[in-house]
Amino acid sequence: MASKHPELPPYARSLGIGLDSMEDGLPVLRAGGDNITEGRPGFYHGGAISGLLETAGYTALRMALADAGRTARLKPINITVQFLAPAKAAPLWAKARITKLGRRNANIEVECWQDERSRPRATAVMNVLLAAED
Amino acid sequence: MTSQFDPEQAAQFVLNVGHSGWLGMQYRASGEDWAELTLPWREDLIGESERPVLASGPIVSLMDMASGLAIWTRMGTFQAIATLDLRVDYQRPARERHDVIGRAECYRLTRSAAFVRGVAHDGDPDDPVAHTAGVFMALPGVSRDGK
Repeated sequence: MASKHPELPPYARSLGIGLDSMEDGLPVLRAGGDNITEGRPGFYHGGAISGLLETAGYTALRMALADAGRTARLKPINITVQFLAPAKAAPLWAKARITKLGRRNANIEVECWQDERSRPRATAVMNVLLAAED
Repeated sequence: MTSQFDPEQAAQFVLNVGHSGWLGMQYRASGEDWAELTLPWREDLIGESERPVLASGPIVSLMDMASGLAIWTRMGTFQAIATLDLRVDYQRPARERHDVIGRAECYRLTRSAAFVRGVAHDGDPDDPVAHTAGVFMALPGVSRDGK
């Protein structure tokens, strides 16, 4: 693993998302579950869950590109989020898997969990365009 | 809430707290089966460290809330709903220092599911930032503020 710890964008930092650990060379991100991520009282807002999933996807992709010695500007194509179960206002972890890392685009799967790793709260699939740095 | 659902009043109730309150979302307009919200521009919602481009996460939050409001408007009541699936197709980056407007339409409502499509734009609805599609489930017997 040559990559340095990734710097998270302003949005992720102001939402309280941080790098929790590295696992099999992939970053695990964490959200705290405080008031600014809350939707229905006591539970995460779907948008905050999506923000965590998306941040985990981009962080994993940036690190994979850096490991491959590549630079690219990441442009979102789309994201589909499946909300599987409510996430309670408590720490929520997310980890991405890069399903495809091509020359022009990448496909990423992400999931997030709380107490039981085997019962994800939400999953996402993302397509990202890898444009040349300008 | 009585049978007459007032989207503008409901918006005050759900938009001023928690995640939506933090994002500063505001009610804009609504019709029989649609609702529009505004997400004001904010520096700390930038998604890239190098460029002043709004992150995509807040757009998901905006469209999720606009979708919920569109569903309640069409239902005519404030029933608990859960997002099952939400897809966002990004058309282009939102312009710097522009508010983003999210409009969602509940085009089909069954006893247990609601289907919504939406558009996010930053001034010109014909030049969207994103298209969205979502499916929501009604949660019978769950009040919105309890579990």
